[in-house]
Amino acid sequence: MTAEVIQDKLKVIVQPYVNHQENFDNLTSKSDFINDLQINSANLVDVVLDVEDEFDIRIENDDMEKMISVEATVNVIQKKLETK
Amino acid sequence: MKNKLISQLPYQDPFLFVDTIEDVSEDFIKGSYTFKASSWFYKGHFKDHPITPGVILTECAAQIGLASLGLFIFSQDKNSDLGKIRLAMTSTNIEFLKPVFPDEKVIIEAEKIYFRFNKLKSSVKMFNSNGDLILRGDIAGVILI
Repeated sequence: MTAEVIQDKLKVIVQPYVNHQENFDNLTSKSDFINDLQINSANLVDVVLDVEDEFDIRIENDDMEKMISVEATVNVIQKKLETK
Repeated sequence: MKNKLISQLPYQDPFLFVDTIEDVSEDFIKGSYTFKASSWFYKGHFKDHPITPGVILTECAAQIGLASLGLFIFSQDKNSDLGKIRLAMTSTNIEFLKPVFPDEKVIIEAEKIYFRFNKLKSSVKMFNSNGDLILRGDIAGVILI
């Protein structure tokens, strides 16, 4: 799966938790979940659980800690998909 | 074990809303609380017409269905120092169906939806002593270590 496809799927996943609509509309790979999209940090857990379901992967604690931006999250997902 | 759980909760009078924990496992908890007529909030909610505030019912449901269940799950998981942890409620989605009057006893039942990355999300229900549903919904919170 290309990074672009993963990012498009991720955008759909994060949408319900976003608190900054303009930054969401202009989402890029550099967008930060908490600072740019203003997602409640507790809802990052829900993003991760939705990512697990969507991509059929298992996210561990050390992966979770990296998943603070779109790009970092796409990288984690891509690595998980490669080793599946 | 069940009484010890209550003593480990980070609340005290006048903001402890747990009298009993009757049943607890990693997936489910059942407990109760009786709202004393002398409670501070009845003086103001409402003037001359005391009804338990929904925010207090939510707190009661959260102290049993989220905090107590979360502490139990957390204590099963590792040799954790429960005295040092801090709790934060992060979201609620609650529906209220019936009022609760002074001196009424309520029973709370909660099922774990998930516990991941120190976040617990529970599905909670509150009943009165007739078995009528008072409140239902989802509550989530995090354990801060």
